[in-house]
Amino acid sequence: ASRLDGRPSPHSTTEPLTAHKAVTGYNNFYEFGTDKADPARHAAKMQVRPWTLRVEGLAARPRSFDLDDVLKLAPLEERIYRLRCVEGWSMVIPWLGFPLAAVLKEVEPLGSAKYVEFVSHYDPAIMLRRPVLDWPYREGLRLDEALHPLTILALGLYGEALPNQNGAPLRLVVPWKYGFKSAKSIVAIRLVEHQPATAWNLAAPQEYGFYSNVNPQVAHPRWSQASERRIGELRKRPTLMFNGYAEQVAGLYRGMDLAKEF
Amino acid sequence: MPSARRISSIKALLFVLCLIPAARLALGWQADTLGANPVETLTRDSGEWALRFLLLTLTVTPLRRLSGLHWLLRLRRMLGLYAFAYAAAHFALYLWLDQFFDWGAIARDLLERPFISVGFAAFVLLLPLAATSNAFAIGRLGGRRWQALHRAVYGIAILAVMHFWWLVKADLREPLLYAAILAVLLGLRAWWREQERRRQLSVPPPAKHLERPLIRIMPK
Repeated sequence: ASRLDGRPSPHSTTEPLTAHKAVTGYNNFYEFGTDKADPARHAAKMQVRPWTLRVEGLAARPRSFDLDDVLKLAPLEERIYRLRCVEGWSMVIPWLGFPLAAVLKEVEPLGSAKYVEFVSHYDPAIMLRRPVLDWPYREGLRLDEALHPLTILALGLYGEALPNQNGAPLRLVVPWKYGFKSAKSIVAIRLVEHQPATAWNLAAPQEYGFYSNVNPQVAHPRWSQASERRIGELRKRPTLMFNGYAEQVAGLYRGMDLAKEF
Repeated sequence: MPSARRISSIKALLFVLCLIPAARLALGWQADTLGANPVETLTRDSGEWALRFLLLTLTVTPLRRLSGLHWLLRLRRMLGLYAFAYAAAHFALYLWLDQFFDWGAIARDLLERPFISVGFAAFVLLLPLAATSNAFAIGRLGGRRWQALHRAVYGIAILAVMHFWWLVKADLREPLLYAAILAVLLGLRAWWREQERRRQLSVPPPAKHLERPLIRIMPK
């Protein structure tokens, strides 16, 4: 993969990084199969150049970007973030990217835009055709979450362009939410008025809420979320509220009952 | 029917074959080739092998009946005990490497997470079956009671499939496959039982000696 460099960010954690092999070999990218090793085996088939990202919907200047346009929007930063999967494991990943806000500001969201919908690439010729989820994969954020400085559009990790299995060529990373909120291989970003439908919420609404903030106090019906296993470690560690980003993001949810709006 | 010696060597071979999955997991753990999340691999694979051995155990009777190879029955106890051994390893791995004996968390899992409740129930129900899998217990209980007890295996297999089904997030292919196999294995038994019932009903009762001739009432 091609080299990418990013300047260090004050938002990075100093925790030890998860091994590159695990970051690029243990993935949930169901379009390429539901086994953790499937994406690394099958995602190479995906063509990531040329790539078009449409940013549309309730915006004054909706437009399409190719990858080089996207790279010009803002300087790349290295963001070392914790990633917490809803299944109870976690990693520390050195992403390369920049705030999603840089993209959204480029298209000038209208006042009526309240939410942002993300649509992932779906090509039945190379991806699962079985309706494991309602393809294409869709995710969503509230506009203020999408504009938060911790929310990034990532184009690389570990100093190189994103490997396909990690959601090349560009993906969302929202470090205080469960991993599935961070949509991979995004082809469209839509500014919308109403809360968008999201893939996992459609599949099992009682299990995966729209917000899906990391929350050790709200158990998933199948997994306690109180603790997690950091990949590479044997013993579990306690899960932190908002995945340890409470100081930066708790204000977004003031006055909300996070057990109900999970 | 193979000779007693032949059956002994078949059993010895089967014993070793059944150990292979466990040996592979143990060696993989040692060599760190179980992937990025080895604890998950160990827990999951041991559980899946427990389910496979359970289904294999349930295959013996239909296979024997369809093939006429009645000596297959002599392998059933070993398969059943392997199902129990893998289930015990699965449960122990959960207690140890997954939960590190955090009894509070384990209790909450049991009470709040249905897939864990049914898995635990399946394991607990296996205990008396494993404990009575010997000639002494059969003698002690008597054949009929022993058999009645061991019919619990049908319920256990259903619980085990549910345990897997409810664990899976979205891709139900694998649990569906096991459910289909179990449905065939149980369906065959139900079908044969029904056939047997019908056969018994259709046999005329032995003629009784009648003291008076029967007066037939003819329809007009």
